Amino acid sequence: MINWFKFASPASFYPLAGKLWPWFAALATAFCAAGLWISFFVAPTDFQQGEGYRIIFIHVPASWMSMFIYCVMAFWAAIGITFNTRLSGMMSAALAPTGALFAFLSLWTGALWGKPMWGAWWVWDARLTSELILFFLYLGYIALTSAIDDPRRADKAGAIVALVGVVNVPIIYFSVKWWNTLHQGASVSLTKAPSMATTMLWGMLLMALAFWMYSIAMSLYRVRAIILEREHHAGWVAELPEMQR
Amino acid sequence: MNWGSAAEFFAMGGYGLYVWGSFGVTFAALLIETQLARKRFADTRRLLRRELAADREALNEHASRRP
Amino acid sequence: MNAFIAIVRRDLLLAARRKSEVLTALFFFMIVVSLFPLGIGPETAMLRRIAPGVLWVAALLAAMLSLGRLFATDHQDGTLEQMALSPTPLAVLVSGKVLAHWLTSGLPLVLLAPVLGLQFDLSARALGVLMLSLLLGTPILSLIGAIGAALTLGVRGGGVLLSLLVLPLYIPALIFGAGAVEADVAGLGAGGHLSLLGALLALGVFFAPWAATAALRIALD
Repeated sequence: MINWFKFASPASFYPLAGKLWPWFAALATAFCAAGLWISFFVAPTDFQQGEGYRIIFIHVPASWMSMFIYCVMAFWAAIGITFNTRLSGMMSAALAPTGALFAFLSLWTGALWGKPMWGAWWVWDARLTSELILFFLYLGYIALTSAIDDPRRADKAGAIVALVGVVNVPIIYFSVKWWNTLHQGASVSLTKAPSMATTMLWGMLLMALAFWMYSIAMSLYRVRAIILEREHHAGWVAELPEMQR
Repeated sequence: MNWGSAAEFFAMGGYGLYVWGSFGVTFAALLIETQLARKRFADTRRLLRRELAADREALNEHASRRP
Repeated sequence: MNAFIAIVRRDLLLAARRKSEVLTALFFFMIVVSLFPLGIGPETAMLRRIAPGVLWVAALLAAMLSLGRLFATDHQDGTLEQMALSPTPLAVLVSGKVLAHWLTSGLPLVLLAPVLGLQFDLSARALGVLMLSLLLGTPILSLIGAIGAALTLGVRGGGVLLSLLVLPLYIPALIFGAGAVEADVAGLGAGGHLSLLGALLALGVFFAPWAATAALRIALD
Protein backbone atom coordinates (compact mmCIF):
# COMPACT_ATOMS: atom_id res chain seq x y z
CA MET A 1 0.00 0.00 0.00
CA ILE A 2 1.29 3.41 -0.95
CA ASN A 3 1.60 5.84 1.88
CA TRP A 4 -0.50 8.68 0.49
CA PHE A 5 0.12 10.85 3.49
CA LYS A 6 3.79 10.93 2.62
CA PHE A 7 2.92 13.00 -0.44
CA ALA A 8 0.65 15.24 1.60
CA SER A 9 3.68 17.13 2.82
CA PRO A 10 4.78 19.98 0.55
CA ALA A 11 8.44 18.91 0.84
CA SER A 12 7.83 15.56 -0.82
CA PHE A 13 5.08 16.73 -3.17
CA TYR A 14 7.21 19.51 -4.66
CA PRO A 15 9.69 17.21 -6.46
CA LEU A 16 6.91 14.77 -7.40
CA ALA A 17 4.90 17.56 -9.03
CA GLY A 18 8.06 18.71 -10.77
CA LYS A 19 8.55 15.25 -12.26
CA LEU A 20 4.90 14.79 -13.24
CA TRP A 21 3.86 18.04 -14.86
CA PRO A 22 5.91 17.72 -18.10
CA TRP A 23 4.24 14.36 -18.78
CA PHE A 24 0.79 15.83 -18.40
CA ALA A 25 1.77 18.79 -20.56
CA ALA A 26 2.98 16.39 -23.26
CA LEU A 27 -0.27 14.41 -23.06
CA ALA A 28 -2.27 17.65 -23.30
CA THR A 29 -0.41 18.63 -26.46
CA ALA A 30 -0.93 15.19 -28.01
CA PHE A 31 -4.65 15.06 -27.22
CA CYS A 32 -5.07 18.62 -28.39
CA ALA A 33 -3.41 17.88 -31.74
CA ALA A 34 -5.61 14.83 -32.26
CA GLY A 35 -8.72 16.71 -31.12
CA LEU A 36 -8.05 19.64 -33.45
CA TRP A 37 -7.43 17.28 -36.35
CA ILE A 38 -10.81 15.64 -35.81
CA SER A 39 -12.57 18.97 -35.18
CA PHE A 40 -11.44 20.52 -38.44
CA PHE A 41 -10.57 17.72 -40.87
CA VAL A 42 -12.52 14.60 -39.92
CA ALA A 43 -15.84 15.84 -38.53
CA PRO A 44 -18.18 16.56 -41.45
CA THR A 45 -19.96 19.85 -42.07
CA ASP A 46 -23.24 20.03 -40.21
CA PHE A 47 -26.22 20.24 -42.54
CA GLN A 48 -28.06 22.72 -40.32
CA GLN A 49 -25.40 24.86 -38.70
CA GLY A 50 -22.73 24.67 -41.40
CA GLU A 51 -19.17 25.11 -40.21
CA GLY A 52 -20.25 27.25 -37.27
CA TYR A 53 -20.96 24.23 -35.14
CA ARG A 54 -17.20 23.54 -34.84
CA ILE A 55 -17.16 25.90 -31.84
CA ILE A 56 -18.74 23.01 -29.93
CA PHE A 57 -15.36 21.27 -29.84
CA ILE A 58 -14.06 23.81 -27.34
CA HIS A 59 -17.27 25.18 -25.87
CA VAL A 60 -18.53 21.93 -24.39
CA PRO A 61 -15.15 20.67 -23.07
CA ALA A 62 -14.46 24.10 -21.53
CA SER A 63 -17.85 24.04 -19.76
CA TRP A 64 -17.22 20.51 -18.50
CA MET A 65 -13.78 21.49 -17.24
CA SER A 66 -15.02 24.58 -15.42
CA MET A 67 -17.60 22.52 -13.52
CA PHE A 68 -15.25 19.62 -12.93
CA ILE A 69 -12.48 21.84 -11.57
CA TYR A 70 -14.91 23.43 -9.12
CA CYS A 71 -15.82 19.95 -7.86
CA VAL A 72 -12.12 19.06 -7.51
CA MET A 73 -11.58 22.27 -5.54
CA ALA A 74 -14.43 21.30 -3.23
CA PHE A 75 -12.89 17.83 -2.89
CA TRP A 76 -9.56 19.34 -1.79
CA ALA A 77 -11.46 21.68 0.52
CA ALA A 78 -13.17 18.72 2.20
CA ILE A 79 -9.83 16.91 2.55
CA GLY A 80 -8.25 20.04 3.97
CA ILE A 81 -10.99 20.50 6.55
CA THR A 82 -11.09 16.86 7.66
CA PHE A 83 -7.37 16.02 7.68
CA ASN A 84 -6.01 19.54 8.17
CA THR A 85 -3.39 19.05 5.45
CA ARG A 86 -1.53 22.09 4.16
CA LEU A 87 -1.21 20.77 0.63
CA SER A 88 -4.96 20.59 -0.07
CA GLY A 89 -5.42 24.33 0.37
CA MET A 90 -2.52 24.97 -1.97
CA MET A 91 -4.06 22.62 -4.56
CA SER A 92 -7.37 24.52 -4.39
CA ALA A 93 -5.55 27.81 -4.80
CA ALA A 94 -3.62 26.39 -7.75
CA LEU A 95 -6.77 25.16 -9.47
CA ALA A 96 -8.96 28.24 -9.07
CA PRO A 97 -7.44 30.47 -11.80
CA THR A 98 -7.56 27.66 -14.37
CA GLY A 99 -11.18 26.90 -13.46
CA ALA A 100 -12.14 30.55 -13.75
CA LEU A 101 -10.39 30.72 -17.12
CA PHE A 102 -12.37 27.76 -18.44
CA ALA A 103 -15.61 29.28 -17.17
CA PHE A 104 -14.73 32.48 -19.00
CA LEU A 105 -13.85 30.56 -22.18
CA SER A 106 -17.13 28.71 -21.97
CA LEU A 107 -19.00 32.03 -21.82
CA TRP A 108 -16.88 33.56 -24.59
CA THR A 109 -17.34 30.65 -26.99
CA GLY A 110 -21.00 30.46 -26.02
CA ALA A 111 -21.44 34.09 -27.09
CA LEU A 112 -19.61 33.48 -30.36
CA TRP A 113 -21.84 30.49 -30.99
CA GLY A 114 -24.99 32.33 -30.04
CA LYS A 115 -24.51 35.26 -32.41
CA PRO A 116 -24.71 33.33 -35.70
CA MET A 117 -27.13 30.65 -34.42
CA TRP A 118 -29.59 32.63 -32.31
CA GLY A 119 -28.83 36.10 -33.58
CA ALA A 120 -27.75 37.39 -30.17
CA TRP A 121 -24.44 37.44 -28.31
CA TRP A 122 -26.11 36.54 -25.10
CA VAL A 123 -29.19 34.41 -24.52
CA TRP A 124 -30.56 33.68 -21.07
CA ASP A 125 -30.28 29.97 -21.65
CA ALA A 126 -30.23 27.86 -18.48
CA ARG A 127 -26.77 26.45 -19.15
CA LEU A 128 -25.18 29.77 -20.07
CA THR A 129 -26.73 31.47 -17.05
CA SER A 130 -25.49 28.76 -14.68
CA GLU A 131 -22.06 29.03 -16.24
CA LEU A 132 -22.09 32.78 -15.60
CA ILE A 133 -22.97 32.19 -11.96
CA LEU A 134 -20.22 29.57 -11.71
CA PHE A 135 -17.82 32.19 -13.04
CA PHE A 136 -18.99 34.56 -10.27
CA LEU A 137 -18.39 31.81 -7.69
CA TYR A 138 -14.82 31.40 -8.96
CA LEU A 139 -14.28 35.15 -8.77
CA GLY A 140 -15.62 35.18 -5.20
CA TYR A 141 -13.21 32.42 -4.20
CA ILE A 142 -10.23 34.14 -5.79
CA ALA A 143 -11.16 37.55 -4.36
CA LEU A 144 -11.60 36.22 -0.83
CA THR A 145 -8.42 34.12 -0.75
CA SER A 146 -6.33 36.95 -2.16
CA ALA A 147 -7.76 39.47 0.32
CA ILE A 148 -6.62 37.43 3.34
CA ASP A 149 -2.92 37.85 4.07
CA ASP A 150 -2.36 34.82 6.27
CA PRO A 151 -2.17 31.90 3.79
CA ARG A 152 -3.44 29.29 6.26
CA ARG A 153 -6.49 31.37 7.06
CA ALA A 154 -7.01 32.10 3.38
CA ASP A 155 -6.95 28.37 2.63
CA LYS A 156 -9.50 27.56 5.31
CA ALA A 157 -11.84 30.40 4.37
CA GLY A 158 -11.50 29.39 0.72
CA ALA A 159 -12.33 25.80 1.63
CA ILE A 160 -15.61 26.92 3.20
CA VAL A 161 -16.46 29.04 0.16
CA ALA A 162 -15.73 26.11 -2.16
CA LEU A 163 -17.87 23.72 -0.12
CA VAL A 164 -20.79 26.14 0.25
CA GLY A 165 -20.51 26.82 -3.48
CA VAL A 166 -20.52 23.18 -4.49
CA VAL A 167 -23.65 22.55 -2.41
CA ASN A 168 -25.27 25.51 -4.12
CA VAL A 169 -24.27 24.77 -7.72
CA PRO A 170 -26.97 22.09 -8.28
CA ILE A 171 -29.56 24.26 -6.52
CA ILE A 172 -28.62 27.22 -8.70
CA TYR A 173 -28.67 25.10 -11.85
CA PHE A 174 -32.08 23.69 -10.98
CA SER A 175 -33.53 27.09 -10.12
CA VAL A 176 -32.18 28.68 -13.29
CA LYS A 177 -33.63 25.84 -15.33
CA TRP A 178 -36.99 26.29 -13.66
CA TRP A 179 -36.84 30.03 -14.26
CA ASN A 180 -35.92 29.40 -17.89
CA THR A 181 -38.81 27.07 -18.63
CA LEU A 182 -41.21 29.42 -16.90
CA HIS A 183 -40.15 32.31 -19.09
CA GLN A 184 -39.96 30.16 -22.20
CA GLY A 185 -36.75 31.74 -23.35
CA ALA A 186 -34.40 30.18 -25.84
CA SER A 187 -34.82 26.48 -25.25
CA VAL A 188 -32.17 25.61 -27.81
CA SER A 189 -29.36 23.94 -26.01
CA LEU A 190 -25.79 23.97 -27.18
CA THR A 191 -25.15 20.34 -26.38
CA LYS A 192 -28.24 19.23 -28.28
CA ALA A 193 -26.44 19.89 -31.53
CA PRO A 194 -28.32 18.28 -34.38
CA SER A 195 -27.52 14.63 -35.06
CA MET A 196 -24.49 14.18 -32.87
CA ALA A 197 -22.27 12.06 -35.10
CA THR A 198 -19.75 9.72 -33.51
CA THR A 199 -16.84 11.65 -35.03
CA MET A 200 -18.15 14.79 -33.32
CA LEU A 201 -18.32 12.95 -30.02
CA TRP A 202 -14.75 11.78 -30.50
CA GLY A 203 -13.58 15.29 -31.23
CA MET A 204 -15.28 16.62 -28.10
CA LEU A 205 -13.91 13.78 -26.01
CA LEU A 206 -10.35 14.32 -27.21
CA MET A 207 -10.53 18.06 -26.61
CA ALA A 208 -11.96 17.39 -23.15
CA LEU A 209 -9.04 15.05 -22.42
CA ALA A 210 -6.62 17.70 -23.68
CA PHE A 211 -8.15 20.33 -21.37
CA TRP A 212 -8.11 17.83 -18.55
CA MET A 213 -4.41 17.07 -18.96
CA TYR A 214 -3.72 20.78 -19.37
CA SER A 215 -5.49 21.53 -16.07
CA ILE A 216 -3.54 18.83 -14.24
CA ALA A 217 -0.22 20.05 -15.66
CA MET A 218 -1.12 23.67 -14.90
CA SER A 219 -2.20 23.01 -11.32
CA LEU A 220 0.92 20.93 -10.62
CA TYR A 221 3.10 23.66 -12.07
CA ARG A 222 1.33 26.40 -10.16
CA VAL A 223 1.28 24.50 -6.89
CA ARG A 224 5.09 24.34 -7.07
CA ALA A 225 5.26 28.11 -7.17
CA ILE A 226 2.76 28.33 -4.30
CA ILE A 227 4.77 25.84 -2.22
CA LEU A 228 7.95 27.87 -2.76
CA GLU A 229 6.19 31.11 -1.85
CA ARG A 230 4.78 29.69 1.36
CA GLU A 231 7.63 27.49 2.52
CA HIS A 232 10.51 29.81 1.75
CA HIS A 233 11.85 29.57 5.29
CA ALA A 234 11.81 25.77 5.39
CA GLY A 235 15.15 24.03 5.38
CA TRP A 236 14.35 21.70 2.50
CA VAL A 237 13.84 24.62 0.12
CA ALA A 238 17.47 25.68 0.60
CA GLU A 239 18.62 22.13 -0.25
CA LEU A 240 16.79 22.04 -3.61
CA PRO A 241 19.07 21.64 -6.62
CA GLU A 242 17.45 24.58 -8.40
CA MET A 243 18.37 26.82 -5.48
CA GLN A 244 22.10 26.08 -5.76
CA ARG A 245 24.36 28.07 -7.98
CA MET B 1 -11.21 16.05 -46.12
CA ASN B 2 -13.61 18.97 -45.81
CA TRP B 3 -11.65 21.77 -47.40
CA GLY B 4 -10.75 22.39 -51.03
CA SER B 5 -8.30 25.18 -50.34
CA ALA B 6 -6.68 27.14 -47.52
CA ALA B 7 -8.98 30.10 -48.21
CA GLU B 8 -12.00 27.87 -47.75
CA PHE B 9 -10.53 26.58 -44.52
CA PHE B 10 -10.10 30.08 -43.12
CA ALA B 11 -13.52 31.23 -44.28
CA MET B 12 -15.26 28.37 -42.40
CA GLY B 13 -18.28 28.62 -44.66
CA GLY B 14 -18.91 32.21 -43.60
CA TYR B 15 -18.50 31.49 -39.89
CA GLY B 16 -14.78 32.32 -39.88
CA LEU B 17 -15.03 35.19 -37.41
CA TYR B 18 -16.94 33.11 -34.87
CA VAL B 19 -15.00 29.87 -35.21
CA TRP B 20 -11.57 31.48 -35.28
CA GLY B 21 -12.62 33.94 -32.59
CA SER B 22 -13.43 31.00 -30.30
CA PHE B 23 -10.40 28.85 -31.08
CA GLY B 24 -8.01 31.81 -31.23
CA VAL B 25 -9.07 33.33 -27.92
CA THR B 26 -9.03 29.92 -26.22
CA PHE B 27 -5.49 29.14 -27.27
CA ALA B 28 -4.30 32.68 -26.63
CA ALA B 29 -5.78 32.50 -23.12
CA LEU B 30 -4.15 29.16 -22.37
CA LEU B 31 -0.84 30.48 -23.68
CA ILE B 32 -1.08 33.62 -21.54
CA GLU B 33 -1.94 31.53 -18.49
CA THR B 34 1.09 29.29 -18.94
CA GLN B 35 3.37 32.30 -19.43
CA LEU B 36 2.00 33.99 -16.30
CA ALA B 37 2.50 30.82 -14.26
CA ARG B 38 6.02 30.45 -15.62
CA LYS B 39 6.80 34.04 -14.70
CA ARG B 40 5.39 33.55 -11.21
CA PHE B 41 7.55 30.46 -10.67
CA ALA B 42 10.69 32.14 -12.04
CA ASP B 43 10.13 35.27 -9.92
CA THR B 44 9.67 33.25 -6.74
CA ARG B 45 12.75 31.17 -7.47
CA ARG B 46 14.87 34.23 -8.20
CA LEU B 47 13.73 35.90 -4.97
CA LEU B 48 14.45 32.78 -2.93
CA ARG B 49 17.88 32.35 -4.50
CA ARG B 50 18.77 35.90 -3.65
CA GLU B 51 17.52 35.43 -0.10
CA LEU B 52 19.55 32.25 0.32
CA ALA B 53 22.68 33.83 -1.15
CA ALA B 54 22.36 36.73 1.28
CA ASP B 55 21.95 34.30 4.16
CA ARG B 56 25.04 32.35 3.14
CA GLU B 57 27.09 35.48 2.77
CA ALA B 58 26.05 36.71 6.18
CA LEU B 59 26.93 33.33 7.62
CA ASN B 60 30.37 33.29 5.98
CA GLU B 61 31.15 36.80 7.11
CA HIS B 62 30.16 35.90 10.62
CA ALA B 63 32.41 32.81 10.51
CA SER B 64 35.43 34.68 9.09
CA ARG B 65 35.24 37.38 11.72
CA ARG B 66 35.57 34.85 14.45
CA PRO B 67 39.22 34.45 15.51
CA MET C 1 -32.11 27.25 24.54
CA ASN C 2 -31.81 29.88 27.24
CA ALA C 3 -28.58 31.12 25.74
CA PHE C 4 -30.29 31.27 22.34
CA ILE C 5 -33.11 33.44 23.68
CA ALA C 6 -30.66 35.55 25.64
CA ILE C 7 -28.57 36.32 22.57
CA VAL C 8 -31.62 37.16 20.46
CA ARG C 9 -32.83 39.51 23.17
CA ARG C 10 -29.40 41.09 23.53
CA ASP C 11 -29.01 41.71 19.80
CA LEU C 12 -32.53 43.13 19.57
CA LEU C 13 -31.75 45.44 22.47
CA LEU C 14 -28.55 46.59 20.77
CA ALA C 15 -30.47 47.18 17.55
CA ALA C 16 -33.08 49.19 19.45
CA ARG C 17 -30.31 51.43 20.78
CA ARG C 18 -29.06 52.02 17.23
CA LYS C 19 -32.35 52.54 15.47
CA SER C 20 -30.82 54.63 12.71
CA GLU C 21 -29.03 51.62 11.23
CA VAL C 22 -32.24 49.65 10.88
CA LEU C 23 -34.07 52.66 9.50
CA THR C 24 -31.32 53.41 6.98
CA ALA C 25 -31.72 49.98 5.41
CA LEU C 26 -35.48 50.48 5.24
CA PHE C 27 -35.14 53.89 3.59
CA PHE C 28 -32.69 52.37 1.16
CA PHE C 29 -35.26 49.73 0.27
CA MET C 30 -37.97 52.34 -0.26
CA ILE C 31 -35.79 54.62 -2.37
CA VAL C 32 -34.44 51.87 -4.62
CA VAL C 33 -37.93 50.54 -5.26
CA SER C 34 -39.28 54.04 -5.99
CA LEU C 35 -36.47 54.77 -8.44
CA PHE C 36 -37.50 52.07 -10.89
CA PRO C 37 -40.78 53.64 -12.07
CA LEU C 38 -38.87 56.90 -12.53
CA GLY C 39 -36.29 55.16 -14.66
CA ILE C 40 -38.65 52.99 -16.66
CA GLY C 41 -41.85 54.99 -16.99
CA PRO C 42 -45.25 54.95 -15.34
CA GLU C 43 -47.21 52.55 -17.60
CA THR C 44 -49.20 50.39 -15.21
CA ALA C 45 -48.96 47.18 -17.23
CA MET C 46 -45.18 47.46 -17.37
CA LEU C 47 -44.93 48.27 -13.66
CA ARG C 48 -47.05 45.26 -12.77
CA ARG C 49 -44.70 43.10 -14.83
CA ILE C 50 -41.51 44.28 -13.17
CA ALA C 51 -42.83 44.70 -9.60
CA PRO C 52 -41.90 41.25 -8.19
CA GLY C 53 -38.38 41.39 -9.57
CA VAL C 54 -37.76 44.97 -8.49
CA LEU C 55 -39.08 44.43 -4.97
CA TRP C 56 -37.07 41.25 -4.56
CA VAL C 57 -33.80 42.65 -5.88
CA ALA C 58 -34.20 45.73 -3.67
CA ALA C 59 -34.87 43.43 -0.69
CA LEU C 60 -31.65 41.49 -1.45
CA LEU C 61 -29.61 44.67 -1.52
CA ALA C 62 -31.24 46.12 1.59
CA ALA C 63 -30.74 42.90 3.56
CA MET C 64 -27.08 42.95 2.56
CA LEU C 65 -26.49 46.47 3.86
CA SER C 66 -26.63 45.39 7.49
CA LEU C 67 -24.76 42.09 7.08
CA GLY C 68 -21.35 43.67 7.54
CA ARG C 69 -22.22 44.56 11.13
CA LEU C 70 -23.62 41.13 11.98
CA PHE C 71 -20.39 39.96 13.60
CA ALA C 72 -18.08 42.98 13.17
CA THR C 73 -19.06 44.96 16.29
CA ASP C 74 -18.89 41.86 18.50
CA HIS C 75 -15.56 41.00 16.95
CA GLN C 76 -14.12 44.45 17.67
CA ASP C 77 -15.02 44.55 21.36
CA GLY C 78 -14.00 40.93 21.98
CA THR C 79 -17.51 39.63 22.72
CA LEU C 80 -17.21 37.16 19.90
CA GLU C 81 -14.17 35.48 21.44
CA GLN C 82 -16.01 35.15 24.74
CA MET C 83 -18.88 33.53 22.86
CA ALA C 84 -16.52 31.08 21.22
CA LEU C 85 -15.13 30.14 24.64
CA SER C 86 -18.52 29.83 26.33
CA PRO C 87 -19.92 26.36 27.14
CA THR C 88 -22.88 26.90 24.78
CA PRO C 89 -22.10 25.63 21.27
CA LEU C 90 -21.13 28.53 19.06
CA ALA C 91 -23.57 27.38 16.38
CA VAL C 92 -26.48 28.03 18.75
CA LEU C 93 -25.26 31.57 19.44
CA VAL C 94 -24.73 32.16 15.73
CA SER C 95 -28.29 31.00 15.04
CA GLY C 96 -29.51 33.46 17.65
CA LYS C 97 -27.61 36.29 16.01
CA VAL C 98 -29.00 35.33 12.61
CA LEU C 99 -32.54 35.30 13.96
CA ALA C 100 -32.02 38.72 15.53
CA HIS C 101 -30.62 39.99 12.24
CA TRP C 102 -33.68 38.75 10.40
CA LEU C 103 -36.03 40.31 12.95
CA THR C 104 -34.35 43.69 12.55
CA SER C 105 -33.60 43.72 8.83
CA GLY C 106 -35.74 41.05 7.16
CA LEU C 107 -39.07 41.33 8.90
CA PRO C 108 -39.41 45.12 8.39
CA LEU C 109 -38.91 44.54 4.66
CA VAL C 110 -41.71 41.98 4.67
CA LEU C 111 -44.03 44.45 6.39
CA LEU C 112 -43.06 47.36 4.16
CA ALA C 113 -43.22 45.46 0.86
CA PRO C 114 -47.04 45.56 0.36
CA VAL C 115 -47.06 49.32 0.79
CA LEU C 116 -44.39 49.68 -1.87
CA GLY C 117 -46.20 47.10 -3.99
CA LEU C 118 -49.11 49.54 -4.22
CA GLN C 119 -46.84 51.87 -6.18
CA PHE C 120 -46.69 49.15 -8.80
CA ASP C 121 -50.44 48.58 -8.90
CA LEU C 122 -50.27 44.99 -7.65
CA SER C 123 -53.55 43.34 -6.72
CA ALA C 124 -54.32 42.51 -3.08
CA ARG C 125 -53.83 38.82 -3.80
CA ALA C 126 -50.43 39.41 -5.43
CA LEU C 127 -49.41 41.56 -2.46
CA GLY C 128 -50.29 38.69 -0.15
CA VAL C 129 -48.16 36.28 -2.17
CA LEU C 130 -45.34 38.84 -2.23
CA MET C 131 -45.43 39.10 1.56
CA LEU C 132 -45.50 35.33 1.91
CA SER C 133 -42.57 34.87 -0.46
CA LEU C 134 -40.55 37.53 1.39
CA LEU C 135 -41.50 35.95 4.71
CA LEU C 136 -40.03 32.65 3.55
CA GLY C 137 -37.18 34.21 1.57
CA THR C 138 -35.66 36.90 3.77
CA PRO C 139 -34.56 34.39 6.47
CA ILE C 140 -32.61 32.61 3.72
CA LEU C 141 -30.88 35.90 2.96
CA SER C 142 -29.89 36.32 6.62
CA LEU C 143 -28.69 32.71 6.86
CA ILE C 144 -26.53 32.73 3.74
CA GLY C 145 -25.41 36.25 4.54
CA ALA C 146 -24.14 35.09 7.92
CA ILE C 147 -21.70 32.73 6.19
CA GLY C 148 -20.39 35.56 4.04
CA ALA C 149 -20.20 37.95 7.01
CA ALA C 150 -18.22 35.39 9.02
CA LEU C 151 -15.84 34.70 6.13
CA THR C 152 -15.08 38.37 5.50
CA LEU C 153 -14.71 39.26 9.18
CA GLY C 154 -11.68 41.49 9.60
CA VAL C 155 -10.69 41.15 5.94
CA ARG C 156 -9.71 44.33 4.13
CA GLY C 157 -12.31 45.42 1.59
CA GLY C 158 -14.76 43.19 3.44
CA GLY C 159 -17.93 45.02 2.39
CA VAL C 160 -17.53 44.66 -1.36
CA LEU C 161 -16.12 41.17 -0.96
CA LEU C 162 -19.18 40.19 1.06
CA SER C 163 -21.50 41.13 -1.78
CA LEU C 164 -19.32 39.33 -4.31
CA LEU C 165 -19.48 36.15 -2.23
CA VAL C 166 -23.10 36.27 -1.17
CA LEU C 167 -25.05 37.66 -4.14
CA PRO C 168 -24.50 34.65 -6.45
CA LEU C 169 -25.76 32.39 -3.66
CA TYR C 170 -28.90 34.52 -3.33
CA ILE C 171 -29.97 33.73 -6.89
CA PRO C 172 -32.19 30.69 -6.12
CA ALA C 173 -34.07 32.65 -3.44
CA LEU C 174 -34.52 35.52 -5.89
CA ILE C 175 -35.79 33.23 -8.65
CA PHE C 176 -38.32 31.39 -6.51
CA GLY C 177 -39.35 34.47 -4.53
CA ALA C 178 -39.99 36.74 -7.48
CA GLY C 179 -41.25 33.76 -9.48
CA ALA C 180 -43.95 33.05 -6.90
CA VAL C 181 -45.49 36.49 -7.36
CA GLU C 182 -45.16 36.34 -11.14
CA ALA C 183 -46.76 32.90 -11.27
CA ASP C 184 -49.64 34.13 -9.15
CA VAL C 185 -50.17 37.20 -11.34
CA ALA C 186 -50.13 34.92 -14.39
CA GLY C 187 -52.77 32.73 -12.74
CA LEU C 188 -50.51 29.68 -12.48
CA GLY C 189 -50.59 29.41 -8.71
CA ALA C 190 -47.62 30.16 -6.49
CA GLY C 191 -47.67 26.91 -4.50
CA GLY C 192 -44.75 25.24 -6.26
CA HIS C 193 -42.48 28.26 -5.90
CA LEU C 194 -43.37 28.81 -2.28
CA SER C 195 -42.79 25.20 -1.31
CA LEU C 196 -39.40 25.26 -3.04
CA LEU C 197 -38.60 28.44 -1.16
CA GLY C 198 -39.62 26.67 2.03
CA ALA C 199 -37.32 23.76 1.16
CA LEU C 200 -34.44 26.19 0.62
CA LEU C 201 -35.20 27.76 3.99
CA ALA C 202 -35.17 24.36 5.71
CA LEU C 203 -31.85 23.54 4.05
CA GLY C 204 -30.45 26.92 5.10
CA VAL C 205 -31.59 26.60 8.71
CA PHE C 206 -29.90 23.23 8.85
CA PHE C 207 -26.56 24.00 7.19
CA ALA C 208 -25.89 27.73 7.28
CA PRO C 209 -25.29 28.19 11.05
CA TRP C 210 -22.85 25.30 10.91
CA ALA C 211 -20.90 26.80 8.00
CA ALA C 212 -20.97 30.27 9.56
CA THR C 213 -19.63 28.84 12.82
CA ALA C 214 -16.77 27.11 10.99
CA ALA C 215 -15.98 30.39 9.23
CA LEU C 216 -16.07 32.31 12.52
CA ARG C 217 -13.62 29.89 14.12
CA ILE C 218 -11.21 30.52 11.27
CA ALA C 219 -11.51 34.27 11.73
CA LEU C 220 -10.95 33.98 15.49
CA ASP C 221 -7.87 31.73 15.20
